[in-house]
Amino acid sequence: MNTVTAPRAVPAPSRARPWMQLRGELVLLLVGLLAFVLFPHDLGLLTNMATMSIFALSLSLVLGQAGIATLGQAALYGSGAYVAGWTALYLTADPIAGLLLGGLGGGVIAVLSGAVMLRSTKLTLVMLTIAVAQLLLELANWARWLTGGDDGLAGFNIAPLFGIWEFSFLSYTGYFYALGALVLVYFLLRNVVESPFGLTAKAIRQDPGRVQALGGRVYLHLLAVYTVGGIVAGLAGALTAQTSKVANLFMLDFSTSAGVVVMIVLGGTRRLSGAVLGTVAYMTIHHIASTLNPYHWLFIIGSMLIVVLIVLPEGLIGLFDRAVAYARQPRRSGVAR
Amino acid sequence: MSLSLLSSILIDGIAYAMILFMITVGLSMTMGLMRVVNLAHGAFAMLGGFFAATIPQRLGVPAWLGFLLAIALVGLVALLFERILLRRFYGRDDLDQMLVTIGLMFLATAAVNLMFGSTVTSVALPELFNGTVDLGFRSIPRHRLIVVGCGLVVVCVLWLTVDRSSFGIRVRAAVDNAPIARAIGIDTTKIYAATFVMGAALAALGGIAGAELLPMESTYASKYLVILLAVVAVGGNGNLFGSFFAALLLGIVETSMKYMVPQLASAAFFLTMIIVLLVRPQGLFGRHA
Repeated sequence: MNTVTAPRAVPAPSRARPWMQLRGELVLLLVGLLAFVLFPHDLGLLTNMATMSIFALSLSLVLGQAGIATLGQAALYGSGAYVAGWTALYLTADPIAGLLLGGLGGGVIAVLSGAVMLRSTKLTLVMLTIAVAQLLLELANWARWLTGGDDGLAGFNIAPLFGIWEFSFLSYTGYFYALGALVLVYFLLRNVVESPFGLTAKAIRQDPGRVQALGGRVYLHLLAVYTVGGIVAGLAGALTAQTSKVANLFMLDFSTSAGVVVMIVLGGTRRLSGAVLGTVAYMTIHHIASTLNPYHWLFIIGSMLIVVLIVLPEGLIGLFDRAVAYARQPRRSGVAR
Repeated sequence: MSLSLLSSILIDGIAYAMILFMITVGLSMTMGLMRVVNLAHGAFAMLGGFFAATIPQRLGVPAWLGFLLAIALVGLVALLFERILLRRFYGRDDLDQMLVTIGLMFLATAAVNLMFGSTVTSVALPELFNGTVDLGFRSIPRHRLIVVGCGLVVVCVLWLTVDRSSFGIRVRAAVDNAPIARAIGIDTTKIYAATFVMGAALAALGGIAGAELLPMESTYASKYLVILLAVVAVGGNGNLFGSFFAALLLGIVETSMKYMVPQLASAAFFLTMIIVLLVRPQGLFGRHA
């Protein structure tokens, strides 16, 4: 994590075309609507893609931007899912309240666990994040009266969104709810990443010692980033629980944490858009390959991971960047002449 | 607590700890030496177990010879893996190393499933392992005794190799400062490969010896990955006795909880690990980086 990347020229925000600033969000929205039109029978999968993209975005902030090596992001995601489930069971059926409380749940777990973990680095940090997630998993497994144990927490109802749109099996509401949340979270996180707060996080990834020497408070800053990541992961967990109407132990499992890391690495860790791209790619391949045989799926994802790491260290989004750079080249040389 | 419960806990705990030690010591060595976190290490133990389960029957050789062949085969696989793939990742980001080895673990899981099926495969142990030994006040399964013996032999041989042989001196030089070791003419490439193969072979031995406690199935590598990593992190990487005592501590904690409060055995395991890492982030015997 000590490589210092070459400064990329960041274009100044143009006042004349404000939609250019929002192009990521617009593309996301359009692709989401297009997917809805093209694959109306796979709405369940598309909804999962949207919620997992939010989860991947939380990891992209924590790992891709701030460089906090974690293999325990599921702790935050699962907490959000259970909190949303409990909210619907015991408090209120309102989806927005459940969503916000789920985000809060993820944030609280992040701030508590981050406070003890984030002073360590490297393998110790990775192991602590895994251990926290495993500890939560074991506790959830043990506290059957609260979490339903192996069967998961189910049997809760979600009231209509804004009191108008019903959540029902194969309903459009779930998809548009998840897609709307995704676009909103993407917008907010993009602003976080581009803000001085996000830039400081990036600087800490590149050289924590120098940031400390410049007067930055590395530990507190990482804790803040981790908490924001926890809130977003909690939102993703809450969305998953609400749209699938279940919160289960798998959401806290190590394989969930590892899977989301694989997703953002496939897409590219350094950009938020890479997280969404990687999630969509991963889940599409999973959907196709696992209908054949679950173990063929492992073959495919394993070899993809190795190939991407060797040939495309910057992820699939790097392919896109190269294509854009290639397309722009002739024009630039034309201007020079 | 009755005496028989205590002795059961100690016997099973120590046997479990020796298995953990044999599997993880190679992982700890590669981490200290090459600074690579090899998440596919459990796959070597798994391959060892599966080869040991099939080779004696297929080739019609005695079990002990089959076990040796299985261990040698795992060493060969490890050598190819290190030379072809892993060496490209020395000096890369920790995360890249973890991911490429996770990718390899996926491949190993899929391959084992393809070759041996997804059910639990038992490793047929030679006659010697069956039966019990009477100690007067209680009898001990012979398997446990042999496992503990194996573990103690491994720790002694490794200690002698690292501490007394000229190979060990070069290994320690490369651990302390690889560039300087290269500068004075130590071939670190060979040392890396040799250590890696040795670690994988030990993992295979641990996998075979421990197949009764950690049963062989195609999800073995991912199922026990977290436990193996925990032992290494608690022990402090690159430290022989660190791994040994970490395995003992965690093995006995988990086994005793399994006897007393089975639902919370894993929770106690991870809590122990968190406490150790908070007090000593570099592990029990690790040095400050």
